[in-house]
Amino acid sequence: MVAGGFVVAAVLLAFLGIGLRAEVGRGIGPAEWAAIRFTVLQAALSAILSVACAIPLARALARRRFFGRGFLITLLGAPFILPVIVAVLGLLTVFGRSGWVNALLQVAGLPTLSIYGLHGVVLAHVFFNLPLATRLLLQGWQSIPAERFRLAAQLNLPPKMVRRTLETPLLLQVVPGAAALVFVICLTSFAVALTLGGGPRATTIELAIYQAFRFDFDLARAALLSFIQLVLAGGAALVALWIIPNFSLSAGLDREMRRWDAQPGLQSMMDAGVIFLGSAFLLVPLGAIVLAGVPGLALMPLSVWKTAGNSLGVAVLSVAVLLSIALPMAGWISTRRAGGAEAIGLIGLSASPLMIGTGWFILINPVTDPVPLALLVTALINALMALPFALRILVPPTREVLTTYDRLSRSLGLQGWSAWRWLVLPRLRAQIGFTAGLTGALSVGDLGVIALFADPDRATLPLQMYRLMGAYRTEAAAGAALLLLAMALALFWICDKGGRWRAEA
Amino acid sequence: MRRTLLATSLLLATQAGADTPVLTVYAGDYFTSEWGPGPKIEAGFEETCGCDLQFATGDLLPRLLLEGQRTKADVVIGLTSDVTAKARATGLFAPHGQDNSELTLPIEWTDDTFLPFNYGHTAFIYNETTMDAPPASFDALLAMPDDVKLVIQDPRTSISGLALVLWVEAVYGEKASEVWQKLAPKILTVTKDWSASYGMFTDGEVDMVLSYTTSPAYHMFAEEDFTKKAAIFPEGHYFMVETVGKIAKTEEPELADAFMAYVLSQDFQQMIPTANWSLPSALPKDQWPDGWDELALPEKVLFYSEEEAAALQAQAIETWRSALSQ
Amino acid sequence: MLRLEKITIAQGDFLLKADFRVTPGRKTAVIGPSGAGKSTLLGAIGGFLPLAGGKLWYRDAEITEAKPGQRPIAMLFQDNNLFPHLSIARNIGLGIRPDLKLSPEDHARVAKALERVGLHGMGDRKPGELSGGQQSRAALARVLVQDRPVILLDEPFAALGPALRHEMLDLVHDLSDEANATLLMVTHDPQDVRRIADDVIFVEGGRAAAPQPAAALLENPPPALQAYLG
Repeated sequence: MVAGGFVVAAVLLAFLGIGLRAEVGRGIGPAEWAAIRFTVLQAALSAILSVACAIPLARALARRRFFGRGFLITLLGAPFILPVIVAVLGLLTVFGRSGWVNALLQVAGLPTLSIYGLHGVVLAHVFFNLPLATRLLLQGWQSIPAERFRLAAQLNLPPKMVRRTLETPLLLQVVPGAAALVFVICLTSFAVALTLGGGPRATTIELAIYQAFRFDFDLARAALLSFIQLVLAGGAALVALWIIPNFSLSAGLDREMRRWDAQPGLQSMMDAGVIFLGSAFLLVPLGAIVLAGVPGLALMPLSVWKTAGNSLGVAVLSVAVLLSIALPMAGWISTRRAGGAEAIGLIGLSASPLMIGTGWFILINPVTDPVPLALLVTALINALMALPFALRILVPPTREVLTTYDRLSRSLGLQGWSAWRWLVLPRLRAQIGFTAGLTGALSVGDLGVIALFADPDRATLPLQMYRLMGAYRTEAAAGAALLLLAMALALFWICDKGGRWRAEA
Repeated sequence: MRRTLLATSLLLATQAGADTPVLTVYAGDYFTSEWGPGPKIEAGFEETCGCDLQFATGDLLPRLLLEGQRTKADVVIGLTSDVTAKARATGLFAPHGQDNSELTLPIEWTDDTFLPFNYGHTAFIYNETTMDAPPASFDALLAMPDDVKLVIQDPRTSISGLALVLWVEAVYGEKASEVWQKLAPKILTVTKDWSASYGMFTDGEVDMVLSYTTSPAYHMFAEEDFTKKAAIFPEGHYFMVETVGKIAKTEEPELADAFMAYVLSQDFQQMIPTANWSLPSALPKDQWPDGWDELALPEKVLFYSEEEAAALQAQAIETWRSALSQ
Repeated sequence: MLRLEKITIAQGDFLLKADFRVTPGRKTAVIGPSGAGKSTLLGAIGGFLPLAGGKLWYRDAEITEAKPGQRPIAMLFQDNNLFPHLSIARNIGLGIRPDLKLSPEDHARVAKALERVGLHGMGDRKPGELSGGQQSRAALARVLVQDRPVILLDEPFAALGPALRHEMLDLVHDLSDEANATLLMVTHDPQDVRRIADDVIFVEGGRAAAPQPAAALLENPPPALQAYLG
């Protein structure tokens, strides 16, 4: 509960800071209303489509075992952690006007496609969020105890019945939360929406916030728009969390996970097809980024490596801050009947990082120089951004662990730190590793508030990459982007692997 | 926990040496990277000032506005003409104390607070190997077939994007809305900032990108690539300038004045073109670095004063937005 | 001595009343039809269900409000008696200290308990690597080190075959004798009762009757028990 309060306080204090300095400015006009409508529309479409595509992909990945599966799953997570500008250029290399897809279409004598428009925005958002949705669903699938599948196999349930008895209840539990999360992420989209949307038709609230803050310095309007964003996100979260049925899956004995319902033939071919299509969609643009980056690696100035070190530091700090907030919160939420408390986690994500950073700057500035604290504030904001993912990942298994072993731990007097140390943490190792990896990777790729008040000697890798781009050094910047991608993936892989080491589940 | 962190940072902050005077210069974010002009400026100025020049980077105007009277800046470098009005309104700045007649800008500069240190113009850049018939005028650009694709920046989030809408206002005035409607089908997309646009151009996604007349210089002198050209229009190009200003309450007024003088010195001015890929503000063309006089530059330069730009800005952006939103 | 003083357990519409003492050191079987509330009774004694009325005593101390872990009780459930992610030795160690800060003596006790239940040298294995019978033995080893005067068994061996179950019951019999513990165990099987129980608590119709000597009761059952035994 303390941690939950902390999140609310961090965000509210930031608003307070801004409120201290805000003067009454221009209110909300028709342009802003258009932005709000477009924001909600694209976010809703992106959320629905991301989750809809994630279901077959996660199902296929859950029931198939093949060589390199773990590596593929890690790699599939990459788009989610890419810095926006890198991802956009990667997507355009594939889907753009002169991209690979159009080149193929031309060779085949077919009319070319334009990516720019609402469909482009949604495509880009699905590219970013399909990995997240897939991982959340996969995590859910893997939380079904092996014993259940054994039972299903024993009863010789056909795939349709497996779906009804095992998968549908699970999906009902996981899908609304995942969709809400994607929705909230897409609410704050800005550069992607603008670029892929083809211009000002695709103006989102976050762009209006940025404009109000950076260009007009109208803090009141920026705060008002942020508040609208927060309300939209909060509303989506509450709707999603209220319809999540709160039940727990009984525990298994950690036996090796095998899927007896995986069948050869048509089903196998369809799974292979789904995995292939999903992987191609996610990995080809990544390939474009790698191709562009390799020649740039050699051109990168030495300072890029130094900033990579800084980014690593920020990532580690972010993970530490995140876990110290998320674990107690997960514990607290898990003991509550209603899932509404999880909505608190979404507050951090839906509040514009620019606003939180600015608010904290205003608060810190009278006390001390905010610049040395820039990395710390960045870590804090990264943790806030990652919190909803963390909760989505941690809460269901925490709830399950606490219910399943409730009587046993009470009869042994296992409580407080001992219960964390010997029950929750080890049971949740895989999820904690996943969470830490995700947070670390996100933090590495995030430009963060550092752009607002950076210490020139403590630039982060994304910032350095933007600097390279701003100085025409496109190739070196592509190299930096590749380094960033590799670092984010490595961090993710190490944490995730560490969490699942000697534990298949 | 936060208390100890604050304490730690205070400790760190006081560890800086107290012997040599320090001149704190706020600069744009790109400035201090090793390929930006910052390190050269620092080295050049420290040779003569007997001081320690320290850069602090970030978003200049928001930061100044947030800090107000508590700002630690002595000098602010990199304020563009679109933000000088707001910067002036803070009352933080003192007269720059330099002689404006030393400037070699293509326009007359009478501002005694903000001193230009480099300039350029908006321009559409193309690749001559892929574009056979580049437009020879703004009118010709409008008349180009719609399958010629441009990428521009959003005037609501980017300074060059803002310069573009003012450019269109300056050339076409009342007809701006029609112009935007003619441009709309050619504009492939709009990006948040210059970097993303330019990346799309170098990746071959678009035929032309909104950038600066000096952009080809980088390709010419740093990469020996002579295929990137600025399309020069007889209707004129919008002038873009970066300025430096002195904070009135500085504790190092002499150093700050010395820095302002240094900005107009030959050393500084000759360094600017290749360090910042822009034109020097106070250096006759014959003293520009080798080859720079070959750069295609416009005959006619368009510019709105601070007041004019402020009066036009909202309307110009709205014209742009509504034409491109259809 | 365990004393149930006019207790009422309420679960929704279901009410169960009990008012009796359990003689120390005796092994008592709790029998009755399905759904009569056998597990509910043990759950309440163990502290997992709040009492709607009445008091619970152990010797001179009232334990009505005490937390499960603070009662003089060790309990085994139908399932989930072991943490699957911890080794058997640690699972047993939790019975000594929930924070697992074990002294060398504690470790020795764990080893001894393992040996006593026939799991010598298996301390490093995880529950998933053991057979059902071995898992039951491990759980019993923990009960052993918990060293509580009252042991509650809520059918922990229900999943085992008859031979294995009998083996476990014999082990339970010996262990509680050695520890001089009071045993309360839920069962369905009259054979189990004959095998191990001194007394029987018959639960039926919303009431848990006071313990009665097993042999006499089984030989001459009242009509309700007769109907249950068939």
